[in-house]
Amino acid sequence: MRRNQTQESMRQRVHFPNKLLPYLLLAPQIAITLVFFFWPAYQALEQSLYREDAFGLSSEFVGLENFVLVLEDPNYVNSLEVTAIFSLGVAVLAMAAALLLAVMADRVVRGRGFYRTMLIWPYAVAPAIAGMLWLFLFNPSMGTLAYLLRRAGVPWDPVLAGDQAMALVIFAAAWKQISYNFIFFVAGLQAIPRSLIEAAAIDGAGPARRFWTIVFPLLSPISFYLLVVNTVYAFFDTFGIIHAVTGGGPAKATETLVYKVFNDGYVNLDLGGSSAQSVILMAIVICLTVVQFRYVESKVHYG
Amino acid sequence: MIERRPLGTLMAHFTLVIGIVLVAFPIYWVFVASTRTIPEILAPPMSLVPGSHFVKNYGEALFSGVGQIGGVTAGRMLFNSFFVALAIAIGKIVMSILSAYAIVFFRFPMRMVFFWMIFITLMLPVEVRIMPTYKVMVDLNLIDTYAGLTVPLMASATATFLFRQFFMTIPDELIEAARVDGAGPWRFLRDILLPLSRTNIAALFVILFTYGWTQYLWPLLVTNSNEMNTIIIGLRRMIVFSDAETQWHVVMATTILAMLPPVLVVVLMQRWFVKGLVESEK
Repeated sequence: MRRNQTQESMRQRVHFPNKLLPYLLLAPQIAITLVFFFWPAYQALEQSLYREDAFGLSSEFVGLENFVLVLEDPNYVNSLEVTAIFSLGVAVLAMAAALLLAVMADRVVRGRGFYRTMLIWPYAVAPAIAGMLWLFLFNPSMGTLAYLLRRAGVPWDPVLAGDQAMALVIFAAAWKQISYNFIFFVAGLQAIPRSLIEAAAIDGAGPARRFWTIVFPLLSPISFYLLVVNTVYAFFDTFGIIHAVTGGGPAKATETLVYKVFNDGYVNLDLGGSSAQSVILMAIVICLTVVQFRYVESKVHYG
Repeated sequence: MIERRPLGTLMAHFTLVIGIVLVAFPIYWVFVASTRTIPEILAPPMSLVPGSHFVKNYGEALFSGVGQIGGVTAGRMLFNSFFVALAIAIGKIVMSILSAYAIVFFRFPMRMVFFWMIFITLMLPVEVRIMPTYKVMVDLNLIDTYAGLTVPLMASATATFLFRQFFMTIPDELIEAARVDGAGPWRFLRDILLPLSRTNIAALFVILFTYGWTQYLWPLLVTNSNEMNTIIIGLRRMIVFSDAETQWHVVMATTILAMLPPVLVVVLMQRWFVKGLVESEK
């Protein structure tokens, strides 16, 4: 950030002299920021230190007790585990599939544009709808694939079996994210100098060897970036999938952290506990954002 | 290609076709279901050839309404989604252009404070402040209003960054020339900056329209009335597995209708969208 600032002040020496205008230009965005971002975030911080009685009439300062209660709650620990498994599953699956498809799309010449379009458009499908699509396919009462699974002898019932429900939401979430990762991997592959690959080919390296010794290491910055983005996606943007497909069940088997905040606060009206969970989530987002921007900065330095 | 390997190329095509089938199959299945009758949908395995109820099912979805959501039609919900997605996309673009313009082309006290305030919103997604934000919405009487569905989502750190980054590449000479010719700040913005930003605006529009259309948690929080449902929330409320009354053929048609507009925008504006996505996120 500091580098950018100095760069900026060196480059841009000509400015408009108006004194009031810049404030007016910034006013709409700053107003929204204050009312809908900073104020509620401050409220969450404050509420996480208080406990309200059941009727919301009085509240009492309890320090960090809400946090202790949350962290000691086996349901919360369960939710942490669920989120970890879910995020890891989504990130690995979505990135591996996208990388495979991007490498293949980079190889073919004929039909390139067609393949690309066909793989990009699920970007526009809402996570909740992605969840519903998979739900339709795998629902025991009408899903064609559920029917096939059962006929193959698999006792398939995601409404009752927690691990099956988890597999279903992981696949739905990963399915939706493949196109995003694909776009970035394709861009990354295009940025690799052809001469490097040609040199390796002349030295007798086959396609597999070239991929693992040249392409894959050169893609590592993009892969790292995507890992962060996919984690953020799995943490936050997949609320719609969980809400639409499993509702956190069966028996909390798919209750992610965000779903639990929503459920405890909005549905069960436990304000203190929900706020403490919100604050923990905030800490997680801040860490992820810092990691992401560190990456951006390191890329600026080393080109 | 470095060397010609027909077998390798064939494998690549084969993998891509499998990938496309995996990606497209769930949607194709729903499309087929949306052209069939309820008994056909509920008797797996459903045949994978489109049925004969296309016109009837879509007509019913768009104009007749569904009991579970108070008889609101998909037509109405599509209108809501269009309005919300357009308002969010345009609002975000306008606000971020104005903010970036102020930060890059003016010098004033607190400039960097404002910049950081916008930046920090990245770290405060609605998911981490659900309850207090909901309370603000109630206090401001914004529940079940279009303003409530759109205005709080109009702040955008990412778009502000993108425009700031782009504005910083505008050469000083251009501003000097404009000032020598007597152009004030508004004129400079309108006649020089906006035309230069056209491709950026187009790319962001695709990304933000999709963003607005696919919102879930926010409309779920701030709407109670069925009339105000976006199509995605409405769709979710139509589906009750335990309920024998669920109109599955209408559900399937509505699912397709809920997917179509943002998919069309992404496919038709693909070139700008891909460029914009890769540039804005890096």
